[in-house]
Amino acid sequence: MGVIPANLLDSALTGNRRDLARMLTVIENGGAFDIPEQSSWTLGVTGPPGVGKSTLIGRLISNWADRGERIAVLAVDPSSPRSGGALLADRMRMSTADSNDSVFVRSLATRNHPGGLVSCLSPMIDALAACGWSRIVIETVGAGQAEIRVVAFADRILLVDGPDRGDIVQAEKAGIMELADIVAINKSDLPNSQQAADSVRSALEVGGDSSVTVHLVSAHDGSGIIELLDAIESCPASGARDRLRVRERLLSAWDSRLLAHPQLNEVIDALETGSITLDEAVEIVGLSED
Amino acid sequence: MAKPGLDGHDRGAKVIARALRDGGHEVVYTGLRKTPEEIVRIVMDEDAAALGLSTLSGAHDVLLPAICEGLRREGLTEVVVFAGGIIPSGDHESLHEDGVRAIFGPGTRTTEILDFLEAARQRIEGGEPVGVGENSGWRWE
Repeated sequence: MGVIPANLLDSALTGNRRDLARMLTVIENGGAFDIPEQSSWTLGVTGPPGVGKSTLIGRLISNWADRGERIAVLAVDPSSPRSGGALLADRMRMSTADSNDSVFVRSLATRNHPGGLVSCLSPMIDALAACGWSRIVIETVGAGQAEIRVVAFADRILLVDGPDRGDIVQAEKAGIMELADIVAINKSDLPNSQQAADSVRSALEVGGDSSVTVHLVSAHDGSGIIELLDAIESCPASGARDRLRVRERLLSAWDSRLLAHPQLNEVIDALETGSITLDEAVEIVGLSED
Repeated sequence: MAKPGLDGHDRGAKVIARALRDGGHEVVYTGLRKTPEEIVRIVMDEDAAALGLSTLSGAHDVLLPAICEGLRREGLTEVVVFAGGIIPSGDHESLHEDGVRAIFGPGTRTTEILDFLEAARQRIEGGEPVGVGENSGWRWE
């Protein structure tokens, strides 16, 4: 909205929260800034719908804030394929977030463009890190490949699941388990949560990955949260899963380039009428810079 | 879309949020019982273009002006503010003067709210004032 001041970046860097928010909008709409380079600390949080990801993040936020960290959350929700609109309601579960100066929550819609959001995620993370946000959390529903690619932009990944879901199979199918550094079984105040944790542990053992830790937590009553936070804090940013993440990032950059190709619609039309083959189409959209 | 104050009735806000989504808007819903300060903070962080306030508690004449004032204080002058719920017609004039551009009561069709937002968008594109801190006599009626 309105005119974007030329000094938006400078203003955001000096701590102007509103201009940081406006900067994120510009980035989301495809704009670019010359953001000074710095290291960032990122955590991706994913898991099936309804397991309590947002509520759990709300708990983590409070504890981080108590430790003097400044926490930014990018909460990603899907856009409606029909209208293009989106209902973004993750932040309503992070009740402590709205009144704390050291917490910044931004809701993002996927805009039905799997590569689209991903291509602006890196500059958003850079912007937040440059503005002094020391803990950056990216939250998505772990329901498909597009979501996995979003969390792959984080340096460490927390997979959240709950009891009585049977959904860990879904997570395995989607490949999220292979990317996760830490697994949290939320709702430990409910029955069968121990059983869920055991089944995840045994699934991990079968996979031969002993470095992934499984934590039983309750975002509802707060139990296990400190232990989980400590595990997240001590989780190294680089690991065996780094390669998988880099691969996902490459694939999403590739997607993004493909979807932005000027001849994409013509190629799809030609494919539809059968005038070219799939292999020929791949040749046309090629992989060259232009 | 926000629910200010001590008011647990969120059916209306949820219906409107859903209707706006179906109309192609990206809608952030705050959840219940937000203070004016929290709502201003959310509008700022989300860089929202418009703010819908749903209130059925009778405290609209205190909460809504406080939110409009907070938005202006933080320099969020271009945000388009509208309200809905149970707001007696006798209170409309002073809320409009405070910068609330539309007030929707029970029975409003959701398409009318989409029409209002479209009208506001066209005014913004035309450079006409419509934000909460912009001097404008414009209101949706």
